[in-house]
Amino acid sequence: MDLINDWGLTVTVFLPLVGALLIGLVPKANEMAAKSIALVISVLTFLLSAVLAARFDFGRSDQYQFSVDTTWIESIGARYHVGLDGISLPMLLLSTFIVVLCVIYSWNHWEEPRNPKGFLLLMLILATGMNGTFVALDLVLFFIFFELVLLPMYFLIGIWGDKTPRRIPGFARESETRLYAAIKFFLFTLFGSAFMLLGFLSLYFKSGEAGAKTFDIPALTELASTNPGLFAGRYGWLVFGALFLGFAVKVPMWPLHTWLPDAHTAAPTVGSVLLAAILLKLGSYGFIRIALPILPEPAHTWAPAIGVLAVIGIIYGSLACLAQTDMKRLIAFSSVGHMGFVMLGIATLTEVGINAAIIGMVAHGLITGLLFFLAGSMAHRYHTRDMSRLGGNQKLIPILGGILGFTVMASLGLPGLAGFWGEFMSLLGSYNPLESLSTDLFRVLMVFGAIGTVLTAGYMLWMLQRVNLGEPSEEWLGHEFHDVDRYELAAWLPLIILIVAVGVYPHLVLGATSDAVTTLVDNAFGPGSAVQAVLGG
Amino acid sequence: MILFQFLLVAALLFSFGVYGLLVRRNAVMVLLSVELMLNAVNINLVAFESVLATSALIGQVFAVFVITVAAAEVGIGLAIILMIFRNRRSANVDDFNLMRL
Amino acid sequence: MSTFPLTYALQEHAGDGGALAQYAGVMLVVPFLAFLLIILIGKRLPRQGAEIAIGAMAIDFVYALALFFRNATEGIVHEEQFEIARFGFGGGRQVAFEWGWVVDGLSTMMFLVVTLVALLVFIYAVGYMKGEIRVTFFFAALCLFAGSMMLLVAAPNLVQLIVGWEGVGLASYLLIGHYWEDRANSSAAMKAFYVNKVADIGLILGTVILAVTAGTFRINEILAQAEEGAAALGAVAVVAGLLIFFGAMGKSAQFPLHVWLPDAMAGPTPVSALMHAATMVTAGVYLIARMFPFYEGMAADARPWILGIGTVTLVIGAMLALVQDDIKRVLAYSTVSQLGYMVAALGAGGYVAGLFHLWTHAFFKALLFLAAGSVIHAVHSNNMSEMGGLRTSLPRTYWTFIVGSLALAGIPPLAGFWSKDEILATFDHAGVTAVFWLGVATAFLTAFYTFRMVLLTFHGSYKGHAHPHESPRVMTVPLMILAVGAIAGGFVLIPGIFSGFHHWVEVRQVFNPEEVEAGFDLAALIPGLIAAVSGVVAAWFVYSPDAETQEARDRVSIPGLYPLLRHKYYLDDIYWYGIVQPIKGPLARGVNWVNQYVIDGVVNGVGAVTMALSRFVYGALDQKGIDGVVHGVSAATDSAGTALRRLQSGRVQQYAAGFVVGALVLVLAVVVLR
Repeated sequence: MDLINDWGLTVTVFLPLVGALLIGLVPKANEMAAKSIALVISVLTFLLSAVLAARFDFGRSDQYQFSVDTTWIESIGARYHVGLDGISLPMLLLSTFIVVLCVIYSWNHWEEPRNPKGFLLLMLILATGMNGTFVALDLVLFFIFFELVLLPMYFLIGIWGDKTPRRIPGFARESETRLYAAIKFFLFTLFGSAFMLLGFLSLYFKSGEAGAKTFDIPALTELASTNPGLFAGRYGWLVFGALFLGFAVKVPMWPLHTWLPDAHTAAPTVGSVLLAAILLKLGSYGFIRIALPILPEPAHTWAPAIGVLAVIGIIYGSLACLAQTDMKRLIAFSSVGHMGFVMLGIATLTEVGINAAIIGMVAHGLITGLLFFLAGSMAHRYHTRDMSRLGGNQKLIPILGGILGFTVMASLGLPGLAGFWGEFMSLLGSYNPLESLSTDLFRVLMVFGAIGTVLTAGYMLWMLQRVNLGEPSEEWLGHEFHDVDRYELAAWLPLIILIVAVGVYPHLVLGATSDAVTTLVDNAFGPGSAVQAVLGG
Repeated sequence: MILFQFLLVAALLFSFGVYGLLVRRNAVMVLLSVELMLNAVNINLVAFESVLATSALIGQVFAVFVITVAAAEVGIGLAIILMIFRNRRSANVDDFNLMRL
Repeated sequence: MSTFPLTYALQEHAGDGGALAQYAGVMLVVPFLAFLLIILIGKRLPRQGAEIAIGAMAIDFVYALALFFRNATEGIVHEEQFEIARFGFGGGRQVAFEWGWVVDGLSTMMFLVVTLVALLVFIYAVGYMKGEIRVTFFFAALCLFAGSMMLLVAAPNLVQLIVGWEGVGLASYLLIGHYWEDRANSSAAMKAFYVNKVADIGLILGTVILAVTAGTFRINEILAQAEEGAAALGAVAVVAGLLIFFGAMGKSAQFPLHVWLPDAMAGPTPVSALMHAATMVTAGVYLIARMFPFYEGMAADARPWILGIGTVTLVIGAMLALVQDDIKRVLAYSTVSQLGYMVAALGAGGYVAGLFHLWTHAFFKALLFLAAGSVIHAVHSNNMSEMGGLRTSLPRTYWTFIVGSLALAGIPPLAGFWSKDEILATFDHAGVTAVFWLGVATAFLTAFYTFRMVLLTFHGSYKGHAHPHESPRVMTVPLMILAVGAIAGGFVLIPGIFSGFHHWVEVRQVFNPEEVEAGFDLAALIPGLIAAVSGVVAAWFVYSPDAETQEARDRVSIPGLYPLLRHKYYLDDIYWYGIVQPIKGPLARGVNWVNQYVIDGVVNGVGAVTMALSRFVYGALDQKGIDGVVHGVSAATDSAGTALRRLQSGRVQQYAAGFVVGALVLVLAVVVLR
C-alpha cells in the first residue's frame, strides 16, 4: 500500500477542513494560534499537492492518477471517486497555492470586524470545497464541493465586506453593500446550481438506459462515446442547457455576470482574490470536465452560442471597464473579459482552444489575483477605491506602484507574460474551430476577440494612468504611506515569479494538459466519436 | 357497539381542548389544553382498536407512544414557560412574540 | 534592385557559424539579466545602474561584431530552437512554441545595428540624463528594450517575434512616459501603445492564419511551404500578408498609423534616437524583409499595397517636416518619411535597397537625434525659434550635425546618398514611374527641410535665453563615432564596385548574380542627385540670410502676411512662390490638418465614441437592463414577502385559530362533497 497514491488526494482535499476544525477549538482571543494553524495547514496542503505533482506521471496525463473509488452513498449510487489528471493538476496546484498566499497576506491585513479565527476558519472550509471540486469524479461529490464553496464565501463577503449603504433600485430600504453583494452572489449561484443538479440527476437516470445508473464522470464519459445517441438530441440539448446555466453563472458569462462586480467590490481583499483566482475557474473547469466529454453532441450544438456570448463578454466587459470609477469594480469587469477568452477557447471544441482555456484560467488566476491583492492594499492605505481621487501612486508608494504596473502589463496580455498565451491560443483555436462548426462565425469571433485585446489594453493603461501616474492630488499631501511590507511581498513575489515563469515557459501548464486535452477532444469530437457518429448519421 | 359514545366523549374533549388553546392566554393553560386534545386522540385510538381488534394491538401501542411523547412535551414545554416567566415575569402567550420578524 | 528571382534555400557555401552562432543566444539573455540586475541593485551603484547597462550592451556589441565579420567572410546560416510548450493541433498534429535564434545575413546585420546604436546611446545617456529623475529605471527600461529588440531580430518563429515586438512596445511606452508626472507625456505613451496595439491585431491575426494553415510557427518552414506553393497557404497568403503588413505599419509608423511617432518625442532624446529612429521603428521593415520570399512569391498581390502605403508615407512625412518648429518633431517626421522609403523599396521588390537604407539611416538619424539632444541639453528648449547661431557655442555638435544632415539629404559621398540612390534605382527598375518621381521630389524636400533645420538651429543669431555650452565628452564622443558611420556607412554597397552589403544580407536568399554586379543606374542617380543638391541650395537661399526675420516668417501662420519678406528677399521669390509656399503653405498645412484633425480626429473620435458606448453599455444596458431584471425579480420577491409577513403576527393562538379554521373547512369540504 502506497500512502501517497491512496490517500494523497483525499488528504489534500480534507486537510483544510481538519484545519478549520482545529481553528474552531482555539479561543477567539488567541489570534496567533489561529493564524499559525491556518498557515501550517495551508502550507502542508500545498506541499502535499506539490508532492502529488512531482509523482504525477506526465506520460499518462490523460489518465486519472491517485484515484480513489469507494462506495459512499450506496442507495443512490453516489461513490467517493476522486482522481487527478493533466487538466485538474494545474487547477489543484493553483488552488492550494493561492490559499497559502492568502493566509500570508492575511497575517496583518484585517478588515473589520477583524476576527481572524472566523475568517481563517471559513477560508479553510473554502479551500476544501475548491480542492474537492477540482478532483471530484462523481457528479454528486462534485456538486457537494461546488456548493460547499458558496457558504464560506457568502460569509466572507457578508461579514468582512464593504459596509457602505447602498440604494438598490426597486427596493424601498437601503442595504449595506456587503449584504446586497453576498445575497446576490449566493442567489445567482444557487439559481444556476439548481439547474445543474437537475442536469446531473437527469444524466443519472438516463444512464440507466444503457446499463446501471451512475453518477460516475469517467463512466458517463465512456458511455457517451460508446452510446453516441444516448445523450444526444433534444434531451441532450436540454441537459446541456441546465449544466450551462450552472457553470455559466460561475464563470461568469454574459449576461449572467452581474453578481461579479458587486461581489468583488464588496468582498474583503482576500475574498476577492479567492473569488477571482479560483472560484471563477470552477465554472469553466466544469465545462471542460463534465459538459463537453459527457455531452459532446449537445456541446457541438451549443458551441456557437457559447462563442458568441463569450465574445460579447469580452467586448462588453472591456467597454464597461472604461466607464468605471471604482478600481476594484474595474478589475472585476476585466474578469468578465478575460473569462470571455477562456470560454471562447472552450467553444471552439478544439485541442488548441481547450488548452488555451486552461492556461488562460491559470494565468487569470495568477494575474487577477495579484491585481486584487494590489487593489486591496491600495484601498487599505488610501481608504478609497475611487480612481478620480487616486493618482501619483507611483510617487507615493513606489514599489507597490511598480508591481501594479507590472501586473497591469500582464493583465493586458503582454507577450512573454502568462496572460498572453491564453488569449493568443484562443484566437488560434477560433480561426479553425472543430470542422463541423461554422468557420465563418468563429473567424468573425476571432476578429472581435482581437479587437477586445486592444480595448483591454485601453482600459488597463487608462487605469494605470489615473491611479499610478501624474502628480498625487493635494488630498494626499503630507500623508505618510508605508510601502509594501514583508507579508505583502511574501504573498506577491511568488505570483510575480509565476507570471513570468508561465509566460516564458508555458510548458509548465501545457506540459500537463496537452495529452489530457488531446484524449478528451479525440474521444468527444475526433473521428469516430459520438459527435461524428450523430452528425454523420 | 358503544363506539359512538367513545367518539362523542373524545370529540367533546377535543373541542374543549381547542377552545382552551384558542382562548386562554396563560401559557400553562394552553399547554393543558393541548394535553386534553392529545388525550382525546388517545381515547379514539383505544376505542378503534377495541373494535378492529388488530393482532398487534396497534391502537393501544400508539396510545402509549402518544402518552410518552406528551409527557416529554409537557416537560420541555413547562421548562420553557418557566424560563420565559423568570425572564419576563409573565406567562401570557401574547407577550411571546419575540420570534416575529 | 528590381525584382530578383528568389529561391528560398540555404546557400551552398554558407557555413553554420560554429560555436559563435550556437551560443548567439547569449546576446538575447544578457540585456534581460542586466534589466533584472539594474532593478535589484542599480540604485546602489555610483552611476545608478548605467554601468551595468553599458557593460551588457558592450558584450552584445562585441558578440554581434564577431558574428558580423564571420558572416562577411564565410556566410552563416544557423538556427537554434528550444521548445517551451507543445500541444495538440487537431488531427493528430502537434505544434510547439519555441524560443530560439536565427543567425543569418539579415539578423547579423540587425544585431550589429541594434547593439552599436544602443551602446552609443547608452553611453551618451549617461551624460544626457545626469541629474534627471529615475535614472536607474531609465537604464533598466533601455535594457528591457535592447533585450526585446534582440529577441525580435533573432526570432526564428512568429511567436517569439510577437513577444519581442510587444516587448519593444512596452519599453517604448515606459520610456516615452518617462516624465509621467506630466499628463501629456503619459498620454503620448498611451497613444503610442494603443496605435501599436491596433496594428498588432494585424500581426497576431496574420500569425494565427499562417500558423494554422502551415501547421507551424517557424518562419523558415512557412517560407519553405510558400516556396513550394502549398495550396492551402496560397489561399490565405494575400490576406495574411496584408495583415502582417498592417502590423508592420504600426511599428514602422506608416501612414495612416504614423500619428504616434511625433508624439513619442515626449520621451528623453536618447530614447528617440535609439528607439524612434534607429531601431524599434525599423522592426516593421525588418519583418517585411524577413518574410520577403513570402511577399515576393505567394503574397505578391499584397506588394502593391506595401508600395502604395510606403509612397504615401514618404511624401506626407517629408511635407510635415517642413512646418515644424520643434527640432525633434522635424526629425520624427523625417523618420516617418525615411521609413516610407524603406517600405516602398521593399514593396517595389528591392530587398537589399530597403535594408541598405535601414542600415545607413540608423547611423545618420541616430546621430541627428543625439546631436539635437545635445542642442536641447544646451538651450533647454526643443523649439528652433529659441535656438539659432549655435555653431559657435556648440562646435562639435554642429559639425557632427552637419555630417548627419548631409547624409540625410543624400549628398555624396555620405551614407544616405548611396542608399537613397539604391532605392530610386529600385523604383526605376520596377517600372513604377510615378513612385520614382515622387521619390525624387521627396529627396528634394528632404534636403530642404534638413537644411532649414540646420540653418535655423546653428546659423543666424541666438534667440533663446539660456547660456549654451558644448556638451560633455561622454555625449560628443558617441556623436563622432556615429558621424564616422554616417560618412562611411554607405561605402559597403557601391554599385559595380563593392557589393559587400549585398552579400551579407542575401545569405538566405540567392539573388541573380548579374544584378549584383550591375553598375550605377544613371537614370536614377542623376535626378536624385540634382534633387538633393537643389534642396540644400534652396534651403540656403530661403533660410540663410538674416535669420531674425526668417524666424518671424517661420512663425507666421497666415500666408498673406509675407509681402514684407517678399520685398526683402527679392531673389527668393521664385523659390518661395514656385516651390516653398505651395508646399509649405496650403499643402503641408493641409496634410498637417488632415493629420491633426482627420486622422487624429478619427483616433480621438473612436476614443470618444468608445467612451460614450461604454457609458451606454454600463449605465443603460448593464445597470438598468440586465441588473434591472435581476433587481426586478428580487424586488418582486421582497414586496411579496413584505405583504405576506403581516400574517405572521407571532401570536401562537392566532396561528392555532387559523389552523383550526382550516381543519374545519377541510372537514366540511369532505362532508359536503361526499
